[in-house]
Amino acid sequence: MERGIAMAEQGRKWEKTDLFAVYHKGVIMDVTTPEQAKIAEAAGAVAVMALERVPADIRAAGGVARMADPDVVLRILDAVSIPVMAKVRIGHFVEAQILEALGVDFIDESEVLTPADEEFHINKKLFKVPFVCGARNLGEALRRIGEGASMIRTKGEPGTGNVVEAVRHMRQVLSEIRKLQNTPDEELMSFAKNIGAPYELVVEVKRLGRLPVPNLAAGGIATPADAALMMQLGCDGIFVGSGIFKSKDPAARARAIVDATLHYDDPAFLAEVSKGLGEAMPGIEISALKQEERMQERGC
Amino acid sequence: MKIGILSLQGAFLEHEIKCAKLGVDCFEIRNKGDLKTGFDGLIIPGGESTVIGKLLRELDLFDIMRGMIGDGLPVFGTCAGMILLAKNILNDDRLYLATMDITVKRNAYGRQRDSFYTVGDFAGYGKIPMTFIRAPYIESAAAETEILAVVDNKIVAARQKNQLVTAFHPELHEDTCVHEYFFNMF
Repeated sequence: MERGIAMAEQGRKWEKTDLFAVYHKGVIMDVTTPEQAKIAEAAGAVAVMALERVPADIRAAGGVARMADPDVVLRILDAVSIPVMAKVRIGHFVEAQILEALGVDFIDESEVLTPADEEFHINKKLFKVPFVCGARNLGEALRRIGEGASMIRTKGEPGTGNVVEAVRHMRQVLSEIRKLQNTPDEELMSFAKNIGAPYELVVEVKRLGRLPVPNLAAGGIATPADAALMMQLGCDGIFVGSGIFKSKDPAARARAIVDATLHYDDPAFLAEVSKGLGEAMPGIEISALKQEERMQERGC
Repeated sequence: MKIGILSLQGAFLEHEIKCAKLGVDCFEIRNKGDLKTGFDGLIIPGGESTVIGKLLRELDLFDIMRGMIGDGLPVFGTCAGMILLAKNILNDDRLYLATMDITVKRNAYGRQRDSFYTVGDFAGYGKIPMTFIRAPYIESAAAETEILAVVDNKIVAARQKNQLVTAFHPELHEDTCVHEYFFNMF
């Protein structure tokens, strides 16, 4: 709610952060083929994420996961009229240059792929195309925004079909924002230092009572109830990765997740759309993952 | 005066803030029941037209809303809202409410990186800020359609009787001209 006021007050020119308006309450779906992209579009996806493999398969395949083949991205760009996103490795600014040249609408600098730089993220301000980045806490979110990200999502634990980490990260960010709102102004510099975030962004978040960019949920969302849970917790939209095309009936599940994101606060409606969707993707218990298999620790 | 804002997906919050700023009552339309509560005007916000269009049909809002607009309910569509109201869409097989005699081109300026900001004259109000996000423009309009704004020789705002459309997002700026124009249509 405060978001629009902030924009109005500043009376400023077009910025990539204006995209909040367009993506609000949207569902973004991972796809690997033009056919899947069309299913996602028909189901009401606000955008698709073009990938060579969904996170569950990346996890299973192991090895180094890189940006998708430009050919895969181009075929998906041609297949749908909605925005197309694609992933680059953390810190791999050349993969980002390539995706921008291809014309993708949004770049995800993603921990799902193998990081190219263990210390630094991409200077996203150098690009015309907007970026989305993962975060597990407020400091991480504000560092990414400071680098130029136009959208933040939880990291969750991708490819697990287990929503627990996305819940943890969303709660963490929102609870830190609530604490910040109750922090007196003279303590903000220290607050910024403690979470490792740019001071100006800390001040802005206190004033807005939310992140200055869209705050979406990602990583482990597999059911309409998962999507509604994240929306009720207070996020602005949903990324569904492996959850759709690793399930029994992708088209029906995709539709149901879109519907659940819209009417996230209506239990009777949620009950209706959750019926008869067939089996969800098989899930992974987070504690069954070895330390090196946890994607969320990549890049912070 | 009470305004219903279609709040399925997209920029509905920004329009709510604009209504509040101008002292106009508004509420969110999210399902069929909301359409029966009685209101004087409708705003269809920007977002993804494919998403909003699909949800309109699924939630059975489509025919009722189309009927209301046909019966003269003032309606204001921005960006995706303009696409939903157009009778012809050049580069899309889908048609939605199709109540306004305009032909529009979807994603007419290109992809996300081609989104832009400019200032342009609007309906005698002088220059106003205009943000275009993967925006459409109006390729052609029926003779009785009033052209309200032109940018780079493309029509980006128009009115036909009770229907007002803009290709840009006036709700993203402090300026209130376009919303004032809409509320003066009543």
